[in-house]
Amino acid sequence: MKPRIEVLAACAVVLVLLLVLPDVVRPYYVGLATKMLIFALFAMSLDLLLGYTGLASLGHAAFFGTAAYTIALLTLRGGVTSWVAFPTSLAVATVTGGLVAVLALRARGSYFLMITFALAQVVWSVAFGWRSLTNGDDGMPGVPRPDFGWSLDGATPFYYFTLAVFAVAALLLAAIVSSPFGYALRGIRDSETRMQALGYDVWRYQFVAFVLAAAFAGLAGALYAYLNRFVSPDDLHVIQSAEALIMVILGGAGTLFGPAIGAALIVFLEDYVSSMTEHWLMVLGAIYVLVTLFAPRGLVGLVTTHLRERSGP
Amino acid sequence: MIWLIHVLNGIAIGMLLFLLAAGMSLIYGLMKILNLTHGSFYLVGGYIGLTVMQRTGSFVLALLAAAAVIGVAGAVIERFFLRRFHFDELPQTLITFGFLFIFADASLWIWGGDPLMLRQPRMLAGSLPLGDYGYPYYRFFLIGVGLAFAAALWWFQEHTRLGTMLRAGVDDAEIARALGINVSLLFTLVFAAGAAFAALGGVLAGPVLSYYPGADFDALILAFVVVIVGGLGSLRGALAGALLVGLLDDFGKAFFPQFALFTVFVPMALILVVRPTGLFGRR
Repeated sequence: MKPRIEVLAACAVVLVLLLVLPDVVRPYYVGLATKMLIFALFAMSLDLLLGYTGLASLGHAAFFGTAAYTIALLTLRGGVTSWVAFPTSLAVATVTGGLVAVLALRARGSYFLMITFALAQVVWSVAFGWRSLTNGDDGMPGVPRPDFGWSLDGATPFYYFTLAVFAVAALLLAAIVSSPFGYALRGIRDSETRMQALGYDVWRYQFVAFVLAAAFAGLAGALYAYLNRFVSPDDLHVIQSAEALIMVILGGAGTLFGPAIGAALIVFLEDYVSSMTEHWLMVLGAIYVLVTLFAPRGLVGLVTTHLRERSGP
Repeated sequence: MIWLIHVLNGIAIGMLLFLLAAGMSLIYGLMKILNLTHGSFYLVGGYIGLTVMQRTGSFVLALLAAAAVIGVAGAVIERFFLRRFHFDELPQTLITFGFLFIFADASLWIWGGDPLMLRQPRMLAGSLPLGDYGYPYYRFFLIGVGLAFAAALWWFQEHTRLGTMLRAGVDDAEIARALGINVSLLFTLVFAAGAAFAALGGVLAGPVLSYYPGADFDALILAFVVVIVGGLGSLRGALAGALLVGLLDDFGKAFFPQFALFTVFVPMALILVVRPTGLFGRR
């Protein structure tokens, strides 16, 4: 297949650009780029569910937020080191993912979407209501940057740390979706009953996909807590889940590259438009509507359709 | 007596929720659209009612204006934006999410960020003495309106030609179309009506709850919970869910103010675990 080389070349170019970025832009944009990488990872984790397994979740922020809160609670209230807090946050997000999956996988389609939404709101209302533990909607400020023996306090070191984590996670995700397991997920997305007839244990595949997606979302959430040095119930809110869905759809569900682009674009737009006009919400809303009208299969879908038309049947 | 007051409060709020959730549930049942703009219809409808009430002093005119404007807005959104993604859930969700932002910003622009309240109509001012307490007549009015609305909707669905078409469309839109029912018109009508119901709920809520930026989202989430608990596409479910959520919300706020929303979300999650399709939902 010809595009394969083009894809690799594009990845190499993007990687080089990402590596030299802190040398060419102001520190503010280094922070923004870090946020883009984190949300790219978050959107890719959701796409494992939505794009590859065909399960639309509206509760993905639950895992993002539980990991962020685990970091904040363990470091601020427990006083443990990053060596403990970071892996524990991933474990907590993964276990939460397993629990939600057991309940949510009882349903499909819109009901699945609603159950994930409902369970995520339960998690949110705990963070919101349990003031003595979490400070409620005031959030928890003062989360220190991770310390693995070298300082990640500055914008640039933390950016490189995030980039390294992102790269490893992206490679893992790419390996997952191109493995036999990944192809089985696509099969389940296209026809659950057919895969069942072929002897696949559909439930088990969906469960593992859900738990993996939760783990990667937790990774993004942990990084986000470190980036902001702050966690709040907003990290768990359905708006966060909806935004992740938008990022995936805008970029193009069913590819890993698309959601990453969609996430970077939305993070950038939110920052850029809110610095240009008070009415950034309206501009963003209009962008969502227009992009959906003119690129319903996402930006990646738009590009591939264009390429296919150019190269003929 | 305090219990009775909380029960009445819960029912009154439940009736407002029913106005919201009935439209949302019908829209989902017929078109399979999860309308994220529904809370915006509620809030902007309320704001429009507020403005009309301030200008004319007429509560009835406020209700009519809000329902008309939001109904037309709903029809436009359905016809020109959602229609082209027939039964394609993801783009439709994305579009309604976009409109949620647009309405939120527009209403902040026009009506500002301070919480606003609607004065109740003079006829319904005052309260009924209940033991040591007084209970506002307006809330009795809300309960009455809600029950009348539920009865009217039920009658419409079971005993009119259009209602029969609606039920046919909910069961199978393609077969209904093949049988010569104008499904396309039905879609627009139901979306517009659902939007108008939400706007009516918004105006009626004015003297009880206040309007503020973010109220659209709070209303959307509660409507979502009602529809989840009751089951998608079922009017009976929307009514049962609305009453349940209204009561849970009121008792939660009164007795566990720390965990106000928890008292709504936990029972919802439990119901879903036992019945993944809600109380009255079909698979």
